[in-house]
Amino acid sequence: MASQFDLMDILVGQETDKNFRRKPVIVQGMTGSFGSVHTRLMKEYGTNVVAGVTPGKGGQEFDGIPVYDGMSEAVKRTGAFISSIFVPASNFLRAATEALDNGIKLLVAIPEHVPIIDSLKLLEYARLKNARIIGPNTPGIIVPEVTKIGIMPAEPFRTGNVVLLSRSGTLMYELAHSLSKANFGQKICLGIGGDPVNGTNLIECFEMIRGIDDAECIVVVGEIGGDAEELLAEYIMETSYPKPVIGYIAGRSAPKEKRMGHAGAIVYGSYGSADSKMASFFKADVPVAKTPSEVPILLSQRLKK
Amino acid sequence: MSPFLFSLGCRMRLLEHQGKELFVQYGIPTPKSALATSLTGVEKLSTKFEYPLILKSQVAVGGRGKAGGIVRCNTPIEAGSKFRELVNKRIKGELPRSIMIEQSVDIKQEIYISLFLNRGRRIYSLICSAEGGVDIESVKNKLIIDVPTSGVSLSLATETASKLGLQGRTAESFNSFVINLSKLVFEKDAELAEINPAVVLQDASLMALDAKVIIDDNAMFRHPELKKYQYMSETEKQAKEGGFSFVELDGNIAIIGNGAGLVMSTLDMVSDQGGKAGCFLDFGGGATAETIYESLKIISKITKIRAILINLFGGIVKTNVVAEGILRAYRESIIEVPTFARISGAEANQAKKMLKDSKAKIYDTVEQAIQGVLAELSKKEEIYGKSV
Repeated sequence: MASQFDLMDILVGQETDKNFRRKPVIVQGMTGSFGSVHTRLMKEYGTNVVAGVTPGKGGQEFDGIPVYDGMSEAVKRTGAFISSIFVPASNFLRAATEALDNGIKLLVAIPEHVPIIDSLKLLEYARLKNARIIGPNTPGIIVPEVTKIGIMPAEPFRTGNVVLLSRSGTLMYELAHSLSKANFGQKICLGIGGDPVNGTNLIECFEMIRGIDDAECIVVVGEIGGDAEELLAEYIMETSYPKPVIGYIAGRSAPKEKRMGHAGAIVYGSYGSADSKMASFFKADVPVAKTPSEVPILLSQRLKK
Repeated sequence: MSPFLFSLGCRMRLLEHQGKELFVQYGIPTPKSALATSLTGVEKLSTKFEYPLILKSQVAVGGRGKAGGIVRCNTPIEAGSKFRELVNKRIKGELPRSIMIEQSVDIKQEIYISLFLNRGRRIYSLICSAEGGVDIESVKNKLIIDVPTSGVSLSLATETASKLGLQGRTAESFNSFVINLSKLVFEKDAELAEINPAVVLQDASLMALDAKVIIDDNAMFRHPELKKYQYMSETEKQAKEGGFSFVELDGNIAIIGNGAGLVMSTLDMVSDQGGKAGCFLDFGGGATAETIYESLKIISKITKIRAILINLFGGIVKTNVVAEGILRAYRESIIEVPTFARISGAEANQAKKMLKDSKAKIYDTVEQAIQGVLAELSKKEEIYGKSV
């Protein structure tokens, strides 16, 4: 468990840093249709996008951002430790490996439909390189009003002290919307990804934010499939986790053995069922909301305690 | 919670005979077999086998044996009559796509072998037991071994064989079984490959009597050779071509949205309020007039649908564009049933105006949209009775 990884330090930095709140970010696949749209939106939000990488397009510029052929040059020129990947799933492993080979420490893996074996190979490699993968199949990470690395719309997010972790993209936006409306701004919102294998799982996220002093509480948006929520509940109990946690689980009414959109959202027997996840959360004293709009209500109740 | 229960994230569960085709390619021996789709076929083929032989229903569901999908036949006449029964027999709701004729073999011992993605632990796990079993949960004295993506090595295989108490020819045979199975898994992007049972024959060698293989369909781009195994209904095919995720359900409300989690959450809320979803459709990130129109087209093929509920979230979504897609579907009479949409995003007022005289209504919250759907359906019930 990489508890040493300081997420906020990498994403925001210290006040004494030259790049405080302006940490440089590379976009791999910047010139593609998907990459270009979101590069603009990230830049508009204030993210310090310093370079793009597209093999064969080196020397060009996109929106004033230099494009390089490879990660080696992009990293050398910019000193970035963060990269986001917007390439098709079939090129993902190659692009991600190149990023880690060149010293990237935080890799935000946006693509959906990455083969599981590629994700596992990357994870094995990231452990060797002491790097962190967020995703694949993630909307990315946003530190509201500081930096946005990913594809989430900007509107729902407000700065504050709630940490929002989600297996689902749109539900992350929906929850941020509900929270913001109720005046619960967010410290950081992170999509762990909708795939069966996550580069960073919920427990690792909890470890990474344990040390963020002004993170007041955590909202976890889970869904059916796998046992990430069950393992998290055990972890919360075993470590007597110091911050209050509120849960929401999507897919209570989903039929068994059907994949509900996300590759990872599927129930076998009781394995991966919403009932099992909710029971685990309740056991760990984590209240579970029935609807996204109920989350802020449960949160204020919990914080009043 | 049993840690080795696996997640089968995809639809591409191969039929037994397809899995065995892969086994043969990878040097894993299987009994002599043939496929029959017709009665004359089975009559002709069965003369090439010795009796008793086994008929096996080719369905992609678990618990096939218990459900009567595997039968032993002692005579050609029996084979003919059992074939007729099997062809029309639904196994857990599924009709067989063909019937496999297989030579029966003399068995000394049964072994359970499976290699699968252990998603909670983010690693492949090899599970073996020298005691066999009906399914993974009932297998006794099982070994669970981590396998890196480089696959099962000879030393790992040897060690496993000795822990299982296998010796001589059986141990050697076991080694090549698990090494070849691991090659298959990592070369063909299988999420699961299970041999249950692998059997020890009279000559102490091993043979795979069954094959359960699940391919990660996200890896299909590098496996054109496996395309022939892909099996989808027409609606599913259309949804896939449109880039949508689609699941047909039992109820009468079609639920559409942009994002799997959001649609699931909407499904839950509808069901909490007593409604029944007739399908789940996630059209992914960008909502354009075209994606809305295309998804409504898919919905229109499902006759039981009585109302459509759209839940769209996102600052990037232009609601007037969504309204355009809905209007087009009504104009071209693609859909007739009413639509209830929660659309948060830009130009919501314009969208409301555009849809004013149509069968579509726009709401600010999903709760309101759900109330709208349910009120409409109960109104219909009053007029036409429960069946609507």
